[in-house]
Amino acid sequence: MMDDITHSHDGPDPHAPRPDHDDTLTHHRMLEIAVRELLIEKGILTADEVREAVERMDARGPHLGAKVVAKAWADPAFKTRLLKDGSAAVEEAGVQMDQPTRLIVVENTPQIHNLVVCTLCSCYPRMVLGIPPDWYKSRAYRSRAVREPRSVLAEFGTTLPDKVTVRVHDSTADMRYLVLPMRPKGSEGLDEAKLAALVTRDSMIGVTVL
Amino acid sequence: MTPRFAVGSAVSVRRGNPPGHIRTPYYIRGKSGTVERICGEFRNPEELAYGRSGEPKQVLYRVRFVQKELWPDYIGPASDTLDVELYEHWLES
Repeated sequence: MMDDITHSHDGPDPHAPRPDHDDTLTHHRMLEIAVRELLIEKGILTADEVREAVERMDARGPHLGAKVVAKAWADPAFKTRLLKDGSAAVEEAGVQMDQPTRLIVVENTPQIHNLVVCTLCSCYPRMVLGIPPDWYKSRAYRSRAVREPRSVLAEFGTTLPDKVTVRVHDSTADMRYLVLPMRPKGSEGLDEAKLAALVTRDSMIGVTVL
Repeated sequence: MTPRFAVGSAVSVRRGNPPGHIRTPYYIRGKSGTVERICGEFRNPEELAYGRSGEPKQVLYRVRFVQKELWPDYIGPASDTLDVELYEHWLES
């Protein structure tokens, strides 16, 4: 069918149609389909429940973490609770902790900068940040963030003087980490929604500052 | 289960190299650090990975290491640290 298409642009560079890459039935894709269809066939799950679960996971994103950070900046008592028990405090802020893992929130200060990595795989605080960026899962980031964090930070545009301690957190087990960035100068008087708009995903992983 | 190590204790990571699903990074084995906090009790991932119960639960610690002690050529001040989560059976005094 594709061959029937006379495919030409107006420019001088006509080319053959590029093949689709969505027809690769890999082992894991096949396994997922088989298990999902079996669960539905046996009446354990419905297709609608699977869709709902996927939508629930897709709906999580850095906006949740940003809301928590803004609340901590605006409300010192909440910040104290957040640093003491991250899981309980984010639930209080309306974030669903739907995994058995627990959340630890680490605070950046003028003296301390925190950076999060998972050297073993790609553990990430999905409940507050959603799906991790590809670079977070790359072997280069995972190995270099523990070995030469200051070089990695510099590549993200974050150059820190030696008087600032860099604390790397390797997320190897049941804890997940969220960095509480320093509140940017000039943000005094902003309400929580406007503060949340200032907070970026990368600042909550700790590779950048605000 | 009473934690064997208190916050602030000096601990060393076992140097073992067992086969299987291990969540103790290779780079930290044999290194010494200080208990930063006790995270609670969790099912053992080395058992969970093979469909077993993971019981008895293991105490999970966060251990803080000094970067310059981990990597002899580390670029950065002596105050830089690395925190790693480690299960009790990987730690010794």
